[in-house]
Amino acid sequence: MTIRYSAGSRLTKAWKRFLGAAVIGGAAFTPIPALAGPALPTSQVNTTGLAVTDDTVTVGIMHSVTGTMAISETGSVQAEKLAIDQINAMGGVLGRKIKFIQEDGASDWPTFAEKSKKLLEKDKVAAVFGCWTSASRKAVLPVFEKDNGLLYYPTFYEGLEESPNVYYTGQEATQQILAGIDWVVKEKGAKTFYLLGSDYIWPRTSNKIARKHIEKNGLKVVGEEYFPLGHTQFNSVINKIKLKKPDVIYAIIVGGSNVAFYKQLKAAGIDLNKQTLLTISVTEDEIRGIGGENIVGAYAAMKYFQSLDNPNNKAFVKAFKDKWGQDIVIGDVTQAAYLGAWLWKAAVEKAQSFDVDKVRAASTGIELTTAPEGYVRIHKNHHLWSKTRIGRARADGQYDVIYETKDLMEPDPFPKGYQ
Amino acid sequence: MFDGYTASELVSIFVMQGFAGLILFSVFLLMALGLAIIFGQMGVINMAHGEFMILGAYMTYLTSHVFKGAFPGIYGAYFLVAIVVAALAGAALGWLLEWALIRHLYHRPLDTLLATWGVSMILQQIYRSIFGAREVGVELPDWLMGAFHLSDTIELPVNGVFVFALTAAISTIILFMMFRSRWGLQVRAVVQNRPMAGAAGINGTRVDRMTFALGCGVASIAGAAFTMIGSTGPTAGQLYIVDTFLVVVFGGAQSLFGTIASAFSISQSQSSLEFFMSGSMAKVFTLLTVVGILLLRPQGLFVLKMRK
Repeated sequence: MTIRYSAGSRLTKAWKRFLGAAVIGGAAFTPIPALAGPALPTSQVNTTGLAVTDDTVTVGIMHSVTGTMAISETGSVQAEKLAIDQINAMGGVLGRKIKFIQEDGASDWPTFAEKSKKLLEKDKVAAVFGCWTSASRKAVLPVFEKDNGLLYYPTFYEGLEESPNVYYTGQEATQQILAGIDWVVKEKGAKTFYLLGSDYIWPRTSNKIARKHIEKNGLKVVGEEYFPLGHTQFNSVINKIKLKKPDVIYAIIVGGSNVAFYKQLKAAGIDLNKQTLLTISVTEDEIRGIGGENIVGAYAAMKYFQSLDNPNNKAFVKAFKDKWGQDIVIGDVTQAAYLGAWLWKAAVEKAQSFDVDKVRAASTGIELTTAPEGYVRIHKNHHLWSKTRIGRARADGQYDVIYETKDLMEPDPFPKGYQ
Repeated sequence: MFDGYTASELVSIFVMQGFAGLILFSVFLLMALGLAIIFGQMGVINMAHGEFMILGAYMTYLTSHVFKGAFPGIYGAYFLVAIVVAALAGAALGWLLEWALIRHLYHRPLDTLLATWGVSMILQQIYRSIFGAREVGVELPDWLMGAFHLSDTIELPVNGVFVFALTAAISTIILFMMFRSRWGLQVRAVVQNRPMAGAAGINGTRVDRMTFALGCGVASIAGAAFTMIGSTGPTAGQLYIVDTFLVVVFGGAQSLFGTIASAFSISQSQSSLEFFMSGSMAKVFTLLTVVGILLLRPQGLFVLKMRK
């Protein structure tokens, strides 16, 4: 059995206003647990001593709100809190309101491990929504596996992992890369690629997959370069790009370096309306730092863009802005973080239990038709079936969605022939 | 190494790489000048240097917003005003910091490292509370964007040339102040021998405060200029701190000429190496060379001669 959520689009406008933004999409969920008769007794839905009472269930939110990574992780925290609010507004999970305990990983990986230990062993949380960098996820993995916790991890990442205790709501590498390269080859007739990246595991693994895919298609990689995290001087590589004249610059540069790279690219007279640039590391969040005018014309391959035109997303963006401010932007990872709580709720209700083993057993095949990105389904490898989309950066910092794959891309964290 | 390039392309490579190196040189020099004054002349290991730079960047951000709201007609000129605002803000905060904290630590130079590190974290959190954890986008006036086209293949980024000119101006002013002004004479006297300078009637406390404020002001100017090439966020200052210390230490802490020479050699080697190998490896080679030279010359490139 799969649990289906039907989209809020069926509701009349008046109803929507009445229900308000807080119950987006899920408003049409049937049966609404609170009205579905008395909630199941706690002894039945919680046999492993989790923090579940007759009317509440406690979960953890664990991101960096201080330190370097706070820039990126803030959006995820906001999305998770919004999802929890909305779920509570429609009656909670199995008739229980969600309470959350928020811990700060402080951009420090051992701190993440320590905090997850606290959440799982002391607070006995039923699930944790958290982590952002692969390094923090790797740090908490042993804790979650030992204590049999449940982690919903939002970031697109390099793949090569499939833990029974983690659900990966972001894309693994192939879901972001393959369709993007196919698109640029088909639409732009690209034959030569210049690969760039920050020097750590995600860009390196991703570029490895990209290179394999490019070469499989009989096309050519004319350059591949990595820069230390925080690198701010790109003039030399920009000169090289000018001389090699690749059809496509494929950029996986992250953090502050991103800002320096695009500003210098523009200053060097490379017009992204003429030079095709495809990135998998710049979401609307990053563009705020880069400045829309510096990156206008670039293409990004993601699964979600804030400008996606569907009723789910419109309601999501409205609710997000109502809660966190009108000038906020929503990037790919923020949306993925938002999915976590909903996927967990759906799995718990399918399992009729908060027990981690039962939730896991129920998770495979769970669908979400209310997802802002459209429709997602949990694969048995704990990743999500999602579409890949191509967006074109506008000067106002948003993307125009110009292409999406016809079918959902199958998650393949251990891609054969690409390693 | 040069396969596949035509002769004219090779000429463009060398010209553009030469300019890339010069621009990197001015970036390094600009960020190191403030530290060279504070660390070199006063012996204070200012770990909050990067945060003073970011203060300048945020001042630029604020100035641009003020201009957009109040004087949209002369928006293009905001950047020049922002540099002045940044300098004043940096100097004011430096003045305050010296009075509140640094002056109590002159006898314990290593403790300044810890204290200013703490200051850097406090400043980061203040920026985060005021401006948010996310990076802010500083919009540049149009005249700073784009490139000069010298030929079909040779292009110079305008903002690079601007940084170069700014660095030249600031360095000249500082060298002039140091070596041709009464204040510079006093600074050098205090650095060489504090009790004797005091005996000659120089107010050491005041000189210290001025010097520290000047160093912080220059750091903020650098930060304002770097909004053109880098990011502006609460922790962005951390990106610069390592390179900055590298330049100052390699040059010989007490010599401003050493700082210039060291910025020049590090930037040139970095930018030419980057052309032939990847960014990470270029950095490794540059650092190895610097470490090697410092092993042979622990005082750095230039040493101030003085009687011990």
